[in-house]
Amino acid sequence: MSFVAKRAGEWIPALIVFAATIALWWGVIAYWHIQQFLLPSPKAIVQSFWNDRHTLWPAGWYTFKEALGGFAIGSLLGMISATVIGRFRTVGTAFMPIAIAANAVPIIAFAPIFDVWFDPLSPHSKMAIAAVLCFLPVMVNTMRGLQSASPRQIELMRSYACSDLEIWRRVRVPAALPYVFTALKVASVLSMIGAIVGEYFGGSFNALGVLINNDANIFNFVQAWAGILVASLLGLALYGGVVLSERLVVRWVPPETL
Amino acid sequence: MSEQETVVRVENVTKTFPQGKLTALQDIDLELKTGEFVSLIGPSGCGKSTLLRVIGDLIAPTSGTVTVNGKPAKQARADRDYGIVFQDSVLFEWRTVNKNIQLPLELLGWDRAKRKARVEEMLNLVELNNFGDHYPWQLSGGMQQRASIARALAFEPKLLLMDEPFGALDEMTRERLNLELLSIWQQLQSTVVFVTHSISEAVFLSTRVIVMSPRPGRIAGAVNIDLPFPRTVETREEPRFFELVTEVRELLRRRGGLE
Repeated sequence: MSFVAKRAGEWIPALIVFAATIALWWGVIAYWHIQQFLLPSPKAIVQSFWNDRHTLWPAGWYTFKEALGGFAIGSLLGMISATVIGRFRTVGTAFMPIAIAANAVPIIAFAPIFDVWFDPLSPHSKMAIAAVLCFLPVMVNTMRGLQSASPRQIELMRSYACSDLEIWRRVRVPAALPYVFTALKVASVLSMIGAIVGEYFGGSFNALGVLINNDANIFNFVQAWAGILVASLLGLALYGGVVLSERLVVRWVPPETL
Repeated sequence: MSEQETVVRVENVTKTFPQGKLTALQDIDLELKTGEFVSLIGPSGCGKSTLLRVIGDLIAPTSGTVTVNGKPAKQARADRDYGIVFQDSVLFEWRTVNKNIQLPLELLGWDRAKRKARVEEMLNLVELNNFGDHYPWQLSGGMQQRASIARALAFEPKLLLMDEPFGALDEMTRERLNLELLSIWQQLQSTVVFVTHSISEAVFLSTRVIVMSPRPGRIAGAVNIDLPFPRTVETREEPRFFELVTEVRELLRRRGGLE
């Protein structure tokens, strides 16, 4: 009741800003008579979103599956690596500097190369890009999370004569979960970017990135924008899915910090 | 007193930390009998927390032996012979109060019904009856510390190790929890080792106060506290209480490095 009311109170300002942005968009186009190819009206974009649904939506779904695959593979590998590195100190000291340096590399620049490595027309090349983008943030955050249990908590478990495995399972993993979900939220966004940018360098004809790229090349900007809308909605859906699972799993955090 | 069993025996224990060439404990001898409430007091760096951890086998001594319930300390820890409470409550933030108190019982393999019954009992004991389903962040500091004490007592260890458990609490809460702890100790007839900074807290709670001195950490002396039980709010106003506080303070000043 009060919870829902509070939620509504939080949503209203955001809705107002959203409505104002759309209104401003419209106003700018009307006032300066902006050509449709430079900036289509929101109405035209929504119309294309609906009228071209037989092309756009399956393309979106195709790309979404690539992003999802990359997200799953990259995040899983990130978590596994963090666990191994956390368990064996020497592995950690050997790999961490390289991992951190690799984090600074603009991985998206490898997209054309990945396309060659993993067949540009198959979804695997896009999955690979998305996976590589997701891997590092998830790994780094998971590592930090696994180390976030307080020394006292570990000491208490030792007083109960717990094994390392038991401490890992009962203390380190739950303590890491909030960190992992923070990383997964970042990774969900990155995976969609990775898949679409990967497709800009070539890919199946029924992929969203290819579609947007081709539309822009043939001056079909309205459909390109509609494609971007599809991509945004799918990105939001993936992000929302992660947030939802976070709320289901990490129930112990005070609500305002989520 | 003399026919009581020995619960903790510390013999000739020395602990050095190689990093700082620091001698945290030197030649410590200490014996605790069943039902004693012994406080360790001394300035920072006197090794009182280290001594507590050596007794609990959380830190291994460099030399000397520690026996708990007639067993080596390591075996006593494996047998879960003691419960421990730290300065902060060390509750697991992903577990409700119920689940936090249950944790040692889960580790001991108690079944669900038995655990539930014991948790009810413990919540009663520390007066947190309506807070079992709360998460730690929903409790005040004093309530968190009570939950932490309930967890330490849940599996009925005969020995309770407490490392400045009320150090982070305000004076009012601290005095109330002092009284609660004493009544719990008497109900369960356990043995307590209690580390504190506060002279009046040590005198109020203990049957014996051990004064420690720093650099190197060693035992400077002991004061037997002959205040009658049960101790109440009035105990703190009795002349004998002030005499004993003065005695401990003098010992700290003369031998505890407080000059």
